[in-house]
Amino acid sequence: MPLLEIESLNVDYRASRGTVHAVEDASFSLNKGETLGLAGESGSGKSTLGLSIIRLVPYPGVIASGHVRIEGTDILELPESEMQSIRGRKVAYIFQDPMTSLNPVKRIGAHFVELIRTHEPNTSAADALGRAKTILESLGILAERINDYPHQFSGGMRQRIMIGLAITLNPDLVMADEPTTALDVIVQQKILDLLEGLRKVYGMALILISHDLSIILERCDKIIVLYAGQIFEYASSKELHRAPWHPYTQGLLHSIPNIELSDQKLSAIPGSPPDMLSPPKGCRFWPRCPYAMEECRVEEPELIGHEQSHFVRCFLYDKKAGSHIERNREG
Amino acid sequence: MKKTKTKLRSILSTLMPGLSSLSKRGPSGWMVLVGIAIVSSIIVMTAIAPWISPYSPILSRVGPIRAAPSLQFPLGTNQLGQDMLSRILCGGSLMLQVSALSVLICFLIGVPIGLFASYAGGMVDSTTSLVIDAVYAFPGLVIAIAIAAMLGPGVINTALSIAVVYIPSYFRIVRSQVLSIKELTYVEAARAVGAKWYTILFRYVFPNVIPSIVVVVTINFADAVLTAAGLTFIGLGVAKNIPDWGWDLTDGRQYLGSGAWWIITFPGIMIVLLALGFTLIGEGLSEMLNPKLQR
Repeated sequence: MPLLEIESLNVDYRASRGTVHAVEDASFSLNKGETLGLAGESGSGKSTLGLSIIRLVPYPGVIASGHVRIEGTDILELPESEMQSIRGRKVAYIFQDPMTSLNPVKRIGAHFVELIRTHEPNTSAADALGRAKTILESLGILAERINDYPHQFSGGMRQRIMIGLAITLNPDLVMADEPTTALDVIVQQKILDLLEGLRKVYGMALILISHDLSIILERCDKIIVLYAGQIFEYASSKELHRAPWHPYTQGLLHSIPNIELSDQKLSAIPGSPPDMLSPPKGCRFWPRCPYAMEECRVEEPELIGHEQSHFVRCFLYDKKAGSHIERNREG
Repeated sequence: MKKTKTKLRSILSTLMPGLSSLSKRGPSGWMVLVGIAIVSSIIVMTAIAPWISPYSPILSRVGPIRAAPSLQFPLGTNQLGQDMLSRILCGGSLMLQVSALSVLICFLIGVPIGLFASYAGGMVDSTTSLVIDAVYAFPGLVIAIAIAAMLGPGVINTALSIAVVYIPSYFRIVRSQVLSIKELTYVEAARAVGAKWYTILFRYVFPNVIPSIVVVVTINFADAVLTAAGLTFIGLGVAKNIPDWGWDLTDGRQYLGSGAWWIITFPGIMIVLLALGFTLIGEGLSEMLNPKLQR
């Protein structure tokens, strides 16, 4: 049984000006210990998809339909109290901005103690503090700093503390939402290394949410490319890097600078993501797509699996996928 | 000379551990310090008044009627021949009790309502805000007079009528803070690790609202002092047989024309000083705690 199974999940934002389908018909699964990358532009629904896994989609967001199963249990049917015991213990979420993710009036140790005692009420505060110290040490933070306040730490250290909080209860799944966006490149590298190291030690599954496809390609087993709330492509990162199918994925990969090519011209994808209140008819990408055909403007493509592990939402790949792949890569 | 100065400093800093950190804060720190000094000396003065008053503050004819300040009666005597100095020393007690009690009531009612209603949001929040805003729309002193007149005299009643006026300001401050704090990432992060709503409200939201409440409390103190004086002035104060600056002000007013300035001047100064002390603390704190007000 997969650790996480998402089946035709729809998440809507019901704003006063209309309904935005932030996540549309998302289906994928994740096994124990696997890493999955969610890539996409701002507003593509990455965070919404992530937050719906712990049922914390912010108002006015609603999980309209679908199933989210964690170890076979559909969490969308659980009462709130049981959901609370899943958050943090089974699934942990690391937020984007380390500077505001810690309570400014609480010492670091208190964050750990509260987390541990919320889920294990019988643990004494002293034991919890002891565990917190061990975790801090493993993050490369001196254990004696446990009584410091969040503002006494740098951004990178705070993000490490957030990671520490996420792994404290040894969850099966950790989601990291743009964990490195607020940090500089050197610290980024360290944080991602730390996350990967801890993941291996504890055998957790990881969902890495990022707009930076290069980070995800480097760190994840599987990749989901999201565009305007839809899964456009879903494949292993090796496969995606070798042969990206969707024109959008191709565009993304072309826009990553390569250090080995001296005369590389970076190509950008023309245009900008659609207004989600009134997305284009047909395929959501056609106004920006270099291969847009007549049917793209009329009909919406479905996510189709070609081979066992590669899925794409594009009319270029119907049955005779192979030939198109070659043609598109040339173009 | 220098030695005594450092010695004085060390004594002061043991008495007041926060002194050094306050005086390093520049003008706003000094405002708070001066305010604390004024308020605490008035409190101490009132507390030890029974032992240091030269005469009984309520006994009439301890001296001549409406005698000007002299060596025997440094602040003069009033129309009943009572010693003004003794009355000034003792007269703060009711005012302090009333303002402290009203602040306590405001705090105990305004803060929880603000916390719960605005954290719950939706209908609860908008209904509560509507009611509170309706109260807020009344002119403060008018509503205080109306309630004081309904309830009659007494420390608790006066405090209650003042409290009704100021509960809305607590509610509004708390609400504005809660609305912004509950959207912050650390609250979301707490929710993401399975924290329950009351944990979030009391451990995450409330402690971060406190700085703003402290400012409101001190400003509220100053206003309560003035409102209490105002209520007494129009005859809605506490029992008349207890020395009170407000009453002295009211009764002494009619003798100002005949030249007895000392009967109302000194109580007036005391009321202003007390209000000034609280205002200084409040303004200083709000300047210190709100970085946007600093240049």
